[in-house]
Amino acid sequence: MEILVCVKRVPDTAENEIEINSEGNDIERDDLVYSVNEWDNYAVEEAIQIVDKVGGSVTVVTVGDEESEEVLRREMAMGAQNGLLLTDDGFEGADGKGTASILAAAVKKGNYDLILTGAQADDGAAEVGGMLAAMLDYPYASLVNTIETQDGKLKVGREVEGGNQDMYEIELPCVLSIQTGINEPRYVGIRGIRKVASVEIPEYGASDLGIDASSVGGDAAKVKRMDYFMPEMGEGAEMLEGSTEEIIEKLIEYLKAKGGLK
Amino acid sequence: MDFAFTKEQLMFKKEIIRFAKKEIVPRVQEYDLNEAFDFESFRKLGDFGILGLHFPETYGGSGADVVTTVMAGEALGEAGVDGGLTLAYGAHSFLCADTILRHATEEQRQRYLPKLISGEWIGCMGLTEPDAGSDVASMKTTAEKKGDKYVLNGSKIFITNGPIADVAVVYAKTDPSQKHAGISAFIVEKGTKGFAAGAPLIKMGVRTSQTSELFFNNCEIPEENLLGKEGEGFNMSLQTVEWDRSALLAPFVGAAKYMLNSCADYARKREQFGRPIGKFQAVKHKLANIRIFAEASQSLAYKIAWCKDQGRPLNHLEAAVAKLFVGDWSIGPANDAMVVFGGYGFCHEYNMERIFRDSRLAPIGGGTSDIQKMIISKII
Repeated sequence: MEILVCVKRVPDTAENEIEINSEGNDIERDDLVYSVNEWDNYAVEEAIQIVDKVGGSVTVVTVGDEESEEVLRREMAMGAQNGLLLTDDGFEGADGKGTASILAAAVKKGNYDLILTGAQADDGAAEVGGMLAAMLDYPYASLVNTIETQDGKLKVGREVEGGNQDMYEIELPCVLSIQTGINEPRYVGIRGIRKVASVEIPEYGASDLGIDASSVGGDAAKVKRMDYFMPEMGEGAEMLEGSTEEIIEKLIEYLKAKGGLK
Repeated sequence: MDFAFTKEQLMFKKEIIRFAKKEIVPRVQEYDLNEAFDFESFRKLGDFGILGLHFPETYGGSGADVVTTVMAGEALGEAGVDGGLTLAYGAHSFLCADTILRHATEEQRQRYLPKLISGEWIGCMGLTEPDAGSDVASMKTTAEKKGDKYVLNGSKIFITNGPIADVAVVYAKTDPSQKHAGISAFIVEKGTKGFAAGAPLIKMGVRTSQTSELFFNNCEIPEENLLGKEGEGFNMSLQTVEWDRSALLAPFVGAAKYMLNSCADYARKREQFGRPIGKFQAVKHKLANIRIFAEASQSLAYKIAWCKDQGRPLNHLEAAVAKLFVGDWSIGPANDAMVVFGGYGFCHEYNMERIFRDSRLAPIGGGTSDIQKMIISKII
């Protein structure tokens, strides 16, 4: 099975103190540490496991600048065979639809049976997976947390409200957005890193992909961020006081009133 | 001269920090409080390839250079892994397994290295004795050749991993009439009759590492367990000293960075007199002190690594200077870090007091600061 996994370089929320910039339209990006989006690691791990089972190859792709090569190489060190960097000055400022259009063009240039994305990105809106499927006219399932390969189709499980699970059969080729917890993504050791250190990663710009950069970049963005701010501190939590018995009684009363206990 | 790390090294370092923060660091406080060895984290270090970084791939290692190996130790410290686990790793990989790699026969390597590198077996090294600390040549443990066996008698002390080790590299005198030249090295396996480890010693710091005495009471081992030739033991122990003073020091360098990051973060958030304490010169200077120590000790540790990668056989001056500097000069910055945190710095939950305690091993273990000064002054 030929699998394409879409990944993204994002500010590492575990490593950074996120602050709003002085213009109030973005976060302060000067000193940020970047990593691969956490959800994407699960998608890549799943792709590698599928290929281990049924054969084929995994390609990781990203839309970004030169610095995004680092995340591609990291995912290749996990075990993806190929990387693909979609980069063009004209892509800058692309919104979700623009990004999905660029990815769709890359999918059409290849011959993939399965496209995976992370369920969402740390700094995104969880929109690219669905849009990509629509543009390709491929079937789509979001929040996938189990995949079983079958002949020409997949059996996938989706996480739904209330801890419930949906099971679907979905025909290939398709797009799936992968939820964390589907597997345990492997760490990347020095051997894996060395193995991919000199593998060439092809770069495709707008003309290679046969798209007009002005139709996908910042100028064409139909969604624009208007404001960016830390939410105001709300009312604090209520501290229950009194003896243990009194606290328990009050707590039960609240839980009943709010529907937590029936 | 090139001070730059490769892209691959930097990617690996980032990954180790990520791995350690997720898999090991959340467990550190509990194990430190209980003075318990964290077997699970140790095995994870094995799975991740840390235990065998510089070993050839034929034995399950990663074939990394020394700089990358030192970087791994630094990264563990920087992520917040305690000095006890990193010491256990150091004693295991550099004092035990590396000696086997360098001096054992192919058969011995095949028997021990894959299991040590994967973490299935734990290794230790028995050199120090109650009456032979800095003065190694006065060791009293003997190994007497009897037929096709050696019979070991004597005891060792302060042996990191002693109580939990499956394999020990043990130094003993095959010729007690001689000093250095009478020392030989042996491999002794757990369960060998006449070989026992004492109860773990209670220590000020590096408390998750298990340290004990080793006892040899008419302990018979097959003659093929001799490492190298008779009388070569002292030189083998000298080679491990370099590792002792580079790769084993690296986690202390990383710990300085961990202190620096923690203190900078705290100084930004903690407010007194209406502003963050990081705005006060007294706190700024403490952060600067920690930074200076981190920078200097990092340079010294990597210098030894670089020398080893260049194929320079023994680098005693570099090793002694690094060991002495990290040992003696860490007390100021480690103390500063506790003080930046105020009352919290003195509490276990904030990790600064643990790092202070852990760092106190550095001027003592693996050759005291006084011995380092002696070595340095001799070379001058």
